[in-house]
Amino acid sequence: MADVQSTAAVDNKALASAMAEPLRAPANVKRRAAYGTLALALVAFPQVFDSPFLHHVMIILFMYALMAQSWNILAGFCGQISLGHATFFGIGAYSTGYLFFAYQLSPWIGLGVGVLLAMLMAIAIGIPTFRLRGHYFAIATLLIGEGVQIFFQRWELVGAASGIFLPIVREQAWLNFQFHDTKLPYYYIILVFLALASFIVWRLDRSRIGFYFRAIRDEPEAASSLGVNVTLYKSFAFMISAGLMSMAGAFYCQYVLVIDPETVFPLSLSILVVLMAVMGGAGTLWGPIIGAAVLVPLSEVTRVYFGGTGGSLDLMIYGALIVLICIFKPEGLVGAVKVLRPVAGEEKTNHGDARS
Amino acid sequence: MTWEIVIQAIISGLLMGLVYALIAAGLSLIFGLMEIVNFAHGEFMMISMYAAFWLWALFGLDPLYSVPLCATLMFFMGVATHYGIIRHILGASMLAQICATFGLAVFLRALAQFLWTPDFRSIANPLVEGRVELAGVFLGLPQIVASVGCLFAFGFLYLFITRTETGLALQATAQDRQAAELMGIPTDRMFALGWGIGAACVGVAGVFLSTFYYVFPEVGLPFALLAYVAVAMGGFGSILGSLVAGILIGLVESLGGLLIDPSYKLLIVFGLYLTVVVFRPRGLFGRF
Amino acid sequence: MAMLEVRGLSKRYGGLLANNDISFDVEEGRILGVIGPNGAGKSTLFDLITGYGLPDSGEVHFAGKRLRGLRPDQINRLGVGRTFQKLKPFTDMTVEENVMVGVMQHTPRLAAARRFALEALEFVGLLEMRKHHGQALSTGQRKRLELARAMATRPRLLLMDEVTGGIDQRTLPGLISLVQRLKTEGMTLVIIEHNMQVLMSLADDILALHLGRKIAQGAPQAIQNNQQVIESYLGGAYA
Repeated sequence: MADVQSTAAVDNKALASAMAEPLRAPANVKRRAAYGTLALALVAFPQVFDSPFLHHVMIILFMYALMAQSWNILAGFCGQISLGHATFFGIGAYSTGYLFFAYQLSPWIGLGVGVLLAMLMAIAIGIPTFRLRGHYFAIATLLIGEGVQIFFQRWELVGAASGIFLPIVREQAWLNFQFHDTKLPYYYIILVFLALASFIVWRLDRSRIGFYFRAIRDEPEAASSLGVNVTLYKSFAFMISAGLMSMAGAFYCQYVLVIDPETVFPLSLSILVVLMAVMGGAGTLWGPIIGAAVLVPLSEVTRVYFGGTGGSLDLMIYGALIVLICIFKPEGLVGAVKVLRPVAGEEKTNHGDARS
Repeated sequence: MTWEIVIQAIISGLLMGLVYALIAAGLSLIFGLMEIVNFAHGEFMMISMYAAFWLWALFGLDPLYSVPLCATLMFFMGVATHYGIIRHILGASMLAQICATFGLAVFLRALAQFLWTPDFRSIANPLVEGRVELAGVFLGLPQIVASVGCLFAFGFLYLFITRTETGLALQATAQDRQAAELMGIPTDRMFALGWGIGAACVGVAGVFLSTFYYVFPEVGLPFALLAYVAVAMGGFGSILGSLVAGILIGLVESLGGLLIDPSYKLLIVFGLYLTVVVFRPRGLFGRF
Repeated sequence: MAMLEVRGLSKRYGGLLANNDISFDVEEGRILGVIGPNGAGKSTLFDLITGYGLPDSGEVHFAGKRLRGLRPDQINRLGVGRTFQKLKPFTDMTVEENVMVGVMQHTPRLAAARRFALEALEFVGLLEMRKHHGQALSTGQRKRLELARAMATRPRLLLMDEVTGGIDQRTLPGLISLVQRLKTEGMTLVIIEHNMQVLMSLADDILALHLGRKIAQGAPQAIQNNQQVIESYLGGAYA
């Protein structure tokens, strides 16, 4: 290794040119065009394809993508692996559903309340559990998820195991967040939610808070020695993640108009959210979306063509796929598709959460 | 609330606790060896239960006789899991490791549902059935046999780990893989052995359970949850810890159900876990 | 008032008394070397000073401020930097991003943080490696990265745990001159080091630990000839 004491002139030149580099490679024109086209396609899709079934599939896809993306923020970027994320989905669903059912409050208010409650819950869970090591934290979230479901199953106020049936209201569709003639408003609303979540992830990647998240994910002790308040930032990650997840729950409540603990708090949902994000690529922007885009159509196709016990065929395939991904391509599918890899210098390849 | 009822709760809690302990021991063994939580542990048990069921349904074999068969079957399944999956993710991120066994769990559950439908099955007229009365306390005979069986299996496991050469090699591998390698221990085979034994443990527990519990694709979940609690409380990597914690959980579940509310049983157990782990992050006896 | 004042620091881990009533001062701009055989309690001392673990008793003051009970990130923001013996680069970030993390406590803007990070990288000679992944570096490069990261937090006091461990002979002089440059820039340093030659040339004072206790403190020459110090190395389990 050459001696550090080189001539000042050479140093300054190298330094100056390094500083002149942009932090990220300039936006690829082709990439911008691709994103733009995709955005237009998504917006135009339901206008072009009129089938309610297709609308439904896309709506579910966007909703799952939103959930996976919210989990991604906490686990993919900040490295805290939550196995009970359905908790926040259910909180969002119940806040919206109950406030409308009992007080006729607009579900938009319910949504806001749900987000706040989810964030509070995230802090309440985080404070005792953030000090736990990886596996212990994961198991704690698993248990809390199950515990919350059990609790809601016994809670008479919100209908216990029967849940809540929202009254059907046909006037003032937008205020009451219920659309009965067409699914299109649902489509666009969930698309906007997903775009919001993705925008947040996109911003994270370019901000100090994102750097801190990734540092905490990779080496929390080292991060602490560099001035990062690890607990505080873990809390931020948890809160943002919980809030977005609860938005998905609120949406779901208004989409199906009936909720019960088994549907909105189940372990299977928590697991699916993890699997989708990991299959697509945890820690990337597009990973969760891709993961949902693989699972949802797979589910729909197997449900339609196999029915009955064939209904679990999609999970068999998905489970096997996930195992294969973890063995052969742990960075997820996004790692494989070159055009979607984030660009930040030639040597950098996105390994997702490849810490050993 | 009479004395008899309380004692009954204590004893049945103890009995179930022994079953939990065996399930947890398998989990703890695997984690102690390679720091991987087997999230498919419950599904291993489920497979073993279905094996016991079909052996009974198709060949009339009583579950008690199936124990060695299912244990062997599960042993090979554990070994196959190691060579097929685990070996490839040993160096991967924690997320990949979690998702690999998670994915396996999802796959196995879905497979069971696909092959055998979600219907609940049960084994009728097992060799051991009915109840016994001991001084005013009523206990199910299958439960007694199950816990005695699990206790024996646990005893075998303990003796194997601490008294045989292979068992000591396993311990060595768990404590320091590199040093064990240097001493000539084939650590990869030790890992496979650990998986085999761990799966066999939960398989044995499953067979015993099938004598008094329904068999269905999701049966593994609640038991796995309690096993995770037991292992985390007892301390990952400590076999003895799983015994203590398993019994403790059985007792808390039973007494909690009696004294507070049966439907809140699980909540109480979870609360116990969170309390232990917050004040003693390594669990009662854990190394990690 | 000395830059760093340690008084009566003690810590017991289970049955082991890792630090036993350790006291010393470090004046501003000086380099204090810390030596001792393995298990003497050197890293524990660093841990206690920088907030990784609460001392059972004793006090630590940095520029008059009490450090005991603060979190590591709070201590760092006060101006105490630290490198670790077990190198932990952020594996999923590039070298420049690694260093940027430490700068960001001073500025939330990425561009400004990056400029300062590049300066730190240039100082340690890692500028060409800036776009490489944290994983892809050799040991010597990781040591430099560790140093750059800690420096990026703009500390007034820097605790370096093992500068030369695992470094081959060729890379050594470069690292040593790096540390000397730090001193010329006015940094106060406390260095844990096994390599005597290196310490002789760098340190103004040396603190010798043995089995958790301080057994000697003084100028390098005096320490080299100190009977107790020599015995601790020869008699003990020094590798």
